[in-house]
Amino acid sequence: MATTQPAAGGESGPAPGSDRLRQISLTQRVLAKPAAGALIITVFVWIVFAILSLSAGSAVFLSVDGTFSYLDVAAQVGIVATAVALLMIGGEFDLSIGSLVGFAGIIIGIGVTELGLPIWLSIILAVILTTGLGAINGLIVVRTGLPSFIVTLATLFIIRGLTVVMTALITNITFIPIDRAAVAADPIAGFFNWSAGPVKVSIFWWVLIALIGAYILGRTRFGNWIAGVGGSASAARNLGVPVARVKISLFALTAFSAAILATVQSMTFFSSDVLRGRGLELDAITTAVIGGSLLTGGYGSVIGAAIGALALGMARIGIVFANINSDWYFIAIGTLLLVAVVLNNWIRRRFAGLR
Amino acid sequence: MEQPIPTAPAAAPPQPADRPPLLEARNVSKYFGAVVALEDVSLSVRAGQVNCLLGDNGAGKSTLIKILSGVHEPDVGTLAVDGQSVRFGAPRDALNAGIATVYQDLSVMPLMSISRNFFLGNEPTVGFGPFRRFDSSTAGSVAREQMHQIGIDVRDTEQLVGTLSGGERQTLAIARAEYFGARVLILDEPTSALGVKESAIVLRHAISARNRGLGVIFITHNVQHALPIGDSFTILTRGRSGGTFRRGELDAAQLHRLMGGGEELEELQTDLEILARREAAGLDPVVGLQFGSEGHH
Repeated sequence: MATTQPAAGGESGPAPGSDRLRQISLTQRVLAKPAAGALIITVFVWIVFAILSLSAGSAVFLSVDGTFSYLDVAAQVGIVATAVALLMIGGEFDLSIGSLVGFAGIIIGIGVTELGLPIWLSIILAVILTTGLGAINGLIVVRTGLPSFIVTLATLFIIRGLTVVMTALITNITFIPIDRAAVAADPIAGFFNWSAGPVKVSIFWWVLIALIGAYILGRTRFGNWIAGVGGSASAARNLGVPVARVKISLFALTAFSAAILATVQSMTFFSSDVLRGRGLELDAITTAVIGGSLLTGGYGSVIGAAIGALALGMARIGIVFANINSDWYFIAIGTLLLVAVVLNNWIRRRFAGLR
Repeated sequence: MEQPIPTAPAAAPPQPADRPPLLEARNVSKYFGAVVALEDVSLSVRAGQVNCLLGDNGAGKSTLIKILSGVHEPDVGTLAVDGQSVRFGAPRDALNAGIATVYQDLSVMPLMSISRNFFLGNEPTVGFGPFRRFDSSTAGSVAREQMHQIGIDVRDTEQLVGTLSGGERQTLAIARAEYFGARVLILDEPTSALGVKESAIVLRHAISARNRGLGVIFITHNVQHALPIGDSFTILTRGRSGGTFRRGELDAAQLHRLMGGGEELEELQTDLEILARREAAGLDPVVGLQFGSEGHH
């Protein structure tokens, strides 16, 4: 044969398909980010409550004190929002996170009051045990192949029940006060209850964890694995991603952040309570979804979740400042969630150019 | 003056027949409970060759490639790479042996960018310790370069794969497999969901991979796609081998027959002929009158 075979794609010219690509503007690029919707929603929430608050004759929502008070409330959810978002991007849920907060707090309380351990050691113990429970959550999900929704719903009941039973057996009450003087004297308690005027240390935890989470998701290979595992676990496995390890780590990370939140709460309130963290699982999922994470996994944003927590905090405190009956909070949050999902969907279709 | 001798088509590097095949399945069987998925099937591919694995749906093609790519282990029989018997306990083992599989689902994530998809599981990193991070600029430029080499120009590798067409996603998956040192490329039904034009592009990728010296196993149930590119054809019917044939030994009709679809197709052909005759018988007078077709003598 005298003819040579054309190289692959050779006959289609140097830039095939380039006529099918449009130049896109900076605005479009920004809007193509998963956190864009959360940002828009949060600015909108701020405007709404600023107006409501002013029309109720109070500027406290706009004041420094008012701002820090909703930042503190946002931080309570924000501390766990990062890990919950990462877990959701990895394709899983953790409904047991609230019960883990209760568990970790009680471990600190029992460690200090019943076992006579120093506070710092009780904190370390609580973090280790709670993270271990998270890893067990992950292990069950990976081994059984059951939906994590079901598995962690079961462990939510089990862990909450276990915490109540254990506390009642050991202390006869479900609320453990922790000695203020001991907290004040502890070398590490200050990292969890420091404050200066309206500025609480919880806000730093929230921001710090979000920044670390964003770095992990966007800049590390583990972050790439998280998105891949959530996109398709089987495909990721075929490409050599250690799927089980990634998922178990994410469950452990979620539990770890629950332990941090529990520590902040028990060091701030000088007590632990078996019921702490109730309802947190839904708040955390709400912030992750407002933040642009998909329930189906594979897509989302840590920064979006952190911003989502801000929207939640603003709504909770804004309602009080606007002198509205706080029963309206749930209506506000429900509406917020629905609007955010619709907006995020629209943005994703419109600006990410998906087929 | 000496005339330049026309060169042969971008030739496969010559491989002496005594060199062992790159990848070989020797008499493998696989059972799922009572179901015989594969029984005593052998398949091999040499460097610079395309072996088409042909079979109808449910013939066991998927099971065989899952064995070749380390997803399943055979219950009976062995695998060999370069003539050496090997055991693949996980897909990673097959990848490390240079066997890359492009599955039907392509293993691409629509919601991840092109460069992140390209390097999923093999991310380049920079820095040390806790600051070791995904090298996104290298990932972007390598992905763009590799996609370009194989014939698709991607301006923005941050673009989500969900924005690409089916053929472009195939291209990404093939480019990725080759880049990560594949010596054997297994393409699982790569054209089944594609239009004519995009199928042609993918077939060209298969030929061009062969010309670069890779062994290609091309799985399909489409004889029309297999015939022009195959150097050899292995037939699979109901989990058993229907034989391996070299290029030119069989034509499309014979391949169809061996795949087990032959009789059905012939039956269909007969039915159509009968239908056509009846129709012709019914309409002939009208057609003949109106248009003076060849119908009247």
